Amino acid sequence: MAKTVAETIKEITRQHLNDNNGLLFGQAIKAVGWVNNTVPDCRNIVEFPMSDVSNMGIACGAAIAGIRPIIVIRFQDFLWLNSSTLVNYAAKSKDILGSSTPIFVRALAQENAGCVHSGVLHSIFMHMPGFRICSPMTPKEYREAWDDFLSHDDPMIVSEHRTSFKNKDEFVNSDKEADLTIMPISAARFNINEALRLLDSEGIKCNVAHIMWLKPLKKEHLIASLSKSKAGLVIDATFEICSAARSIAYELMLETGKPVKALGLEDRSVGVSFESRNQTPSAEIVAAAAKGLLC
Amino acid sequence: MDEQANLREIFRKMCLIRYFELQVVEAVKSNLIPGPVYLSVGQEAISSTISTLTKNYAIFTQHRGHSVYLAYGGNMERLIDELLGRKTGCCGGMGGSPCVQDLDIHMYGHHGLIGENIPLATGYALSTGKPTVAYFGDAAAEEDYALTSFGFAATHSLPILYVCEDNNLSILTPIKDRRSWDVHKVTSAMGLMSAAIVDVPTVILNSAKELIMHLPAFINIKTCRHLWHVGVGVDEPPAYDRIAEMRNIVPNALKIEEEIQTCVKETWQRQLQKL
Repeated sequence: MAKTVAETIKEITRQHLNDNNGLLFGQAIKAVGWVNNTVPDCRNIVEFPMSDVSNMGIACGAAIAGIRPIIVIRFQDFLWLNSSTLVNYAAKSKDILGSSTPIFVRALAQENAGCVHSGVLHSIFMHMPGFRICSPMTPKEYREAWDDFLSHDDPMIVSEHRTSFKNKDEFVNSDKEADLTIMPISAARFNINEALRLLDSEGIKCNVAHIMWLKPLKKEHLIASLSKSKAGLVIDATFEICSAARSIAYELMLETGKPVKALGLEDRSVGVSFESRNQTPSAEIVAAAAKGLLC
Repeated sequence: MDEQANLREIFRKMCLIRYFELQVVEAVKSNLIPGPVYLSVGQEAISSTISTLTKNYAIFTQHRGHSVYLAYGGNMERLIDELLGRKTGCCGGMGGSPCVQDLDIHMYGHHGLIGENIPLATGYALSTGKPTVAYFGDAAAEEDYALTSFGFAATHSLPILYVCEDNNLSILTPIKDRRSWDVHKVTSAMGLMSAAIVDVPTVILNSAKELIMHLPAFINIKTCRHLWHVGVGVDEPPAYDRIAEMRNIVPNALKIEEEIQTCVKETWQRQLQKL
């Protein structure tokens, strides 16, 4: 039977902790649902105190020793605290000191969880040299991310989204003659089918080229789809301003000469009330942006 | 090793660090060093002494790390090249003075953010179980991540010795203007065997010998930085100089000092000629 993303993460983790003698670090791992049931009950789990800044340093110290630790950041907003050692040491150590800090950072995101639990922060890490960054949303993609981590010695930021945890399906890319290529990232990928239906009903034909690898950006399939379209739309589950989506759109636009727009959250804080929500672009918003682009 | 031999070894290390760094001063004055330098002149006794007791430890130092690098036997030529910004430097010329590293002696470098070597060392000790020593200053010890690391080491009974080189200054701000508490009292309350001493080598030896039998442990060592926080400037004559004091204790001190001074000078000259 096909496994979900959560089951895949759990399986990878169990194997690493048991067979590779790896370590998993995190806060409130065992007592609060085993991180959405993505962490197995096995040895080599270290419960961290509620001290975010030092915790990443301790985990990076373990990475220096070569044990390839996994650190779980239960909500990506906490990365603002944890990122000091990540950015200043882990990302730079290979270039500056000549020794690497291979750490697997599981950074979880969630929709509609208020002002410090709804963030998707992969864009800020893309800004810094030294990281590998991905946002796997399927079981196969997650395993690809893990295998990539094991075959390189860089720190890896894995931008997870709780929306994906129950997903068992793989996404399919298309590169037919079309009006538009839609390139979604993270949770935005789960809104695409409905957007395609809305656009199709208005006679707009779309390709879809999914983005899992953010840095280094894997773009062959993006260019293949975009080159057969009139325009492109990169959609992400985070703020649009200064974002991964804008950076990727810019790169693709230069490479193909096609107009490519970025779409993401509005430039305002996310709140808990219904009115103050600031969500991953819905199918309706995607469809409206697509139509605007093709006008 | 008997006490005289031990003191001789410590004195040799102190001289090595002192004369190496005086050469750095000359190199800075000659505009040969492209980046900022952080010197340990006056503080040599600490790493020189602790290193004699922690020879097989993994070492995590901070930005003022030439002394630790040399005390543990780090490669002098590669350190000179690093300061000169050469690819043959111990960090390929990328890091300069605050980022020295030599994995041949299990010494892990620093990237310049104060005290961040403390959690790194703590994580290393946790994951390897190997004895580990972390050097840092009295201001670094105030960092929130440093304090948490001390507590984490106590919680997990880690084999780590924290060494605070307490020169009383955060750049130029004295401790009394920064905090009303003592780090060693905090670490003691956390469950680490802790001591607060001065940087007289025999005092350090006696205290550290006891502490390394009961890791994790913390030792605060009062010392005297002779030069500026960064660079080679001097504000006023130092309150004391442990090297001068050691000349009265170590037999043939002047001969040892002269030998080392010559050796260091020649090594610098050889490296500089490669320019």
